[in-house]
Amino acid sequence: MKAIVNVYLKEGVLDPQGKAVHHALGSLGFTNVREVRVGKQIVLDLDADDPEAARKEVEKMAETLLANTVIEDYDIEIVQ
Amino acid sequence: MKTLKVSILRFPGTNCEFDTVYAFRRLGHETRLVWHKEELLPADTDLVVVPGGFSYGDYLRAGSIARFSPVMKAVQAYAENGGRVLGICNGFQILTEAHLLPGALKRNDNLHFISRIQHLRVENTDNAFLNRCEKGEVLRVPIAHADGNYFVDDESLDDMEKNGQILLRYCDENGEPTVVNGSVRQIAGICNKSKNVFGLMPHPERAIESILGSEDGVKMLEGLHYA
Repeated sequence: MKAIVNVYLKEGVLDPQGKAVHHALGSLGFTNVREVRVGKQIVLDLDADDPEAARKEVEKMAETLLANTVIEDYDIEIVQ
Repeated sequence: MKTLKVSILRFPGTNCEFDTVYAFRRLGHETRLVWHKEELLPADTDLVVVPGGFSYGDYLRAGSIARFSPVMKAVQAYAENGGRVLGICNGFQILTEAHLLPGALKRNDNLHFISRIQHLRVENTDNAFLNRCEKGEVLRVPIAHADGNYFVDDESLDDMEKNGQILLRYCDENGEPTVVNGSVRQIAGICNKSKNVFGLMPHPERAIESILGSEDGVKMLEGLHYA
């Protein structure tokens, strides 16, 4: 079973990388982009059978280490 | 003046530990390097310094992995007992990740690694760190970081301002705050509510001899033994 954790800066926390990418897209002629947020994806290969238990475990990992909840939000996707 | 026993932490990727040793010895203190695998701090520690560098290659987030090293449990307990802890640059990042200091440090707004001598305005001197400086005084100290963009929510920030927890702001030579890396309210250094844990992005240990451009770091680090 795999868990995919997406971590990104919270709404309202300025994302300097997103801003730079937005600017670069604009100069390449992609002018219809309203906003860009750059995050990171962490893929975990889990030794687990129960998806609900796995999700709870990954939530703990995200709260403890994978995300800094002072500035970041995260979401978790469990893939069989 | 008291001679301090200064415990300076080392993680894989720390690179300012010897500058820090040099600076504190020059001020007349005893220093010990403490490897991050240690579970205890030397019992007679008067001050813990978390020096600069790139612990664990800044992977995931600067300081996020180092903060779980065994020695950090000891630092946590030491700080909770009122012990003094100073985090410089990567050390500041580690202390925020460990929740020993409020807020977090993000990538600089311009995405550059900024390395230069920077003017700083002293905001509060009623603490064990900057007590040798004058409020409003302008210091010149090197900065060298890519992730120094301090962020904390507005409510906490207002509390910190009220409690005198804002220690330093980036400014120009006249003391006017200037945007350097995008930090909220141009913050360069802070302390915790009980004023025994200090964190700053600038490197006072690199400003202790005029031949290297500035001696202002002496005044800053000196405070720790007068308090």
